Amino acid sequence: MPYRDKTAETMPREALRRLQSERLVAQVARCYERVECFRKRMDEKGLTPADIRGVEDLNKLPFSYKKDLRDYYPYGLFAEPLEKVVRVHASSGTTGKRIVVGYTENDISMWAECFARMLTAIGVTEKDVVQVSYGYGLFTGGFGAHAGAEAIGATVIPMSSGNTALQIQTMIDFGATVLCCTPSYAMYLAEEIERAGLKDQLKLKAGVFGAEPWSETMRARIEEGLGIKAYDIYGLSEVLGPGVACECEAQAGMHVWEDHFIPEIIDPDTGEVLPEGATGELVFTSLTKEAFPVIRYRTRDICSLNYEPCACGRTHVRMRKPSGRSDDMLIIRGVNVFPSQIEEVLLKVCGQDVTPNYQIVVDRVNNNDTFDVNVEMSESFFTDDIRSIDRLERLLVERLRSTLGIGAKVHLVNPKSIVRSEGKAKRVIDNRQGKI
Amino acid sequence: MIIRQLSVFLENKPGRLCAAIDALAKAGVNISALSLADAAEYGILRLIVDQPDLAKQTLTDAGVIVKAHRVIALAMKDEPGGAETILRLLADAEINIEYMYACVGHVTGKALMVLRVDDAEKADAILKENCCDEINPADIYRL
Ligand SMILES: [Zn+2]
Repeated sequence: MPYRDKTAETMPREALRRLQSERLVAQVARCYERVECFRKRMDEKGLTPADIRGVEDLNKLPFSYKKDLRDYYPYGLFAEPLEKVVRVHASSGTTGKRIVVGYTENDISMWAECFARMLTAIGVTEKDVVQVSYGYGLFTGGFGAHAGAEAIGATVIPMSSGNTALQIQTMIDFGATVLCCTPSYAMYLAEEIERAGLKDQLKLKAGVFGAEPWSETMRARIEEGLGIKAYDIYGLSEVLGPGVACECEAQAGMHVWEDHFIPEIIDPDTGEVLPEGATGELVFTSLTKEAFPVIRYRTRDICSLNYEPCACGRTHVRMRKPSGRSDDMLIIRGVNVFPSQIEEVLLKVCGQDVTPNYQIVVDRVNNNDTFDVNVEMSESFFTDDIRSIDRLERLLVERLRSTLGIGAKVHLVNPKSIVRSEGKAKRVIDNRQGKI
Repeated sequence: MIIRQLSVFLENKPGRLCAAIDALAKAGVNISALSLADAAEYGILRLIVDQPDLAKQTLTDAGVIVKAHRVIALAMKDEPGGAETILRLLADAEINIEYMYACVGHVTGKALMVLRVDDAEKADAILKENCCDEINPADIYRL
């Protein structure tokens, strides 16, 4: 099996832990000296870098939050002066002010290495032609994939996003064998290619998709539509960008590159570290990042970690695909419910390529939670037959119950009747505040 | 005769039916037949109108889902056994009737019916062969 860096990727866990400890101690000392926000939080807890002797002390350290990036906007959290920073990336932030992160030359090459490990794992070599259809710009996707593909010596087509007809033409003319883009765009490309009947002109064999949540149903559709293997990649710009964790050829969870990052799973409410295998909020500490290091950064992504050995031989822990964001999670009748789970059911049942618009309404009546899901009816699944509408509704109710473990009332509503603000539908209405 | 029927999805909310019919009246569309199929949570409003295209556009603009379907309109003798002859003809040809309803007005001596069948072309041909299709398009669209 091919490895990019066999020593690092298959390092025995004992040795990996020692390496992490060594790097953590150095990173904490560095951040304490250079990053005001971190120093203040350490002081508040009465901690000094000397109290952190290895990964066993990790849980003593204070958390950091997305809010910090806004409070110290733009450069207040950088641990290197701007003369050492060779690039910045920023995310627009769908909610509120944007955030900025920086990279030194070493950070950029570490990033490329992380991405390159994945490409090598899934069989991409210097003979491949990699079409990067992530956006190039402030967003980390384009540049991250680009650097990773270049690092392994593949031929890179820096397409960036948009202009679908040209994307497909390029894919065919230039003989692209690997596609990197967001899963929703991959799905769209697959549909367009199918419509144009061009599938047999493609040379694609694999795709690397990330930067937004996607389901196994979507994976199956992309694989079928493009005739490829579709691999998942995880990352966030606050920690690095795409490449923090990647699927290997086994496609059984994403390996977090633990020589560079320590992942933890915590209870999002209490902040306590949860036992191995438990589901909770994912937290990252970056061990080698220079310009923008994070210590115990709260990602708000909900997932679990799997420390079992992987079939591929890599020793690095695997994270499960995040099931949602902690700030999206609802607790209804004591059960955790993520909008993404509902989305997946809708996608499966309605048989559409695009999830129908929906809205979750939660309320409390007589001490009981009510749980209603409104789904916008669309022309494609409206028939002139009352039985088939009933069947659709019943199927939705059944699947929601089996997926979520609790019952929901489903209401099929008129198209465009779910209120949208800035083009995005408000997914959750929770009216329980203050009701017992 | 094959004519176009509009099927409208109605949510289970008070006033939805009224709103749809109001919108049509404002647009100057005349309804010549109407039937409401009801389930616990939803309804399907089936309409025969004098200006199907305008009606479809009007309803779509009003934010409801409308689909056009081909149905059979026919005039039955308004006397005992009038319906039976026709139903037997269709049954003998193994054509399934999904539903039927009567039009709101009528032509002297005849009841105007709307039938949704699984094979509209075949049904239409059979009815024509058997002279059961004596209907004037103007009758059905303008009652
Ligand atoms: Zn593996």
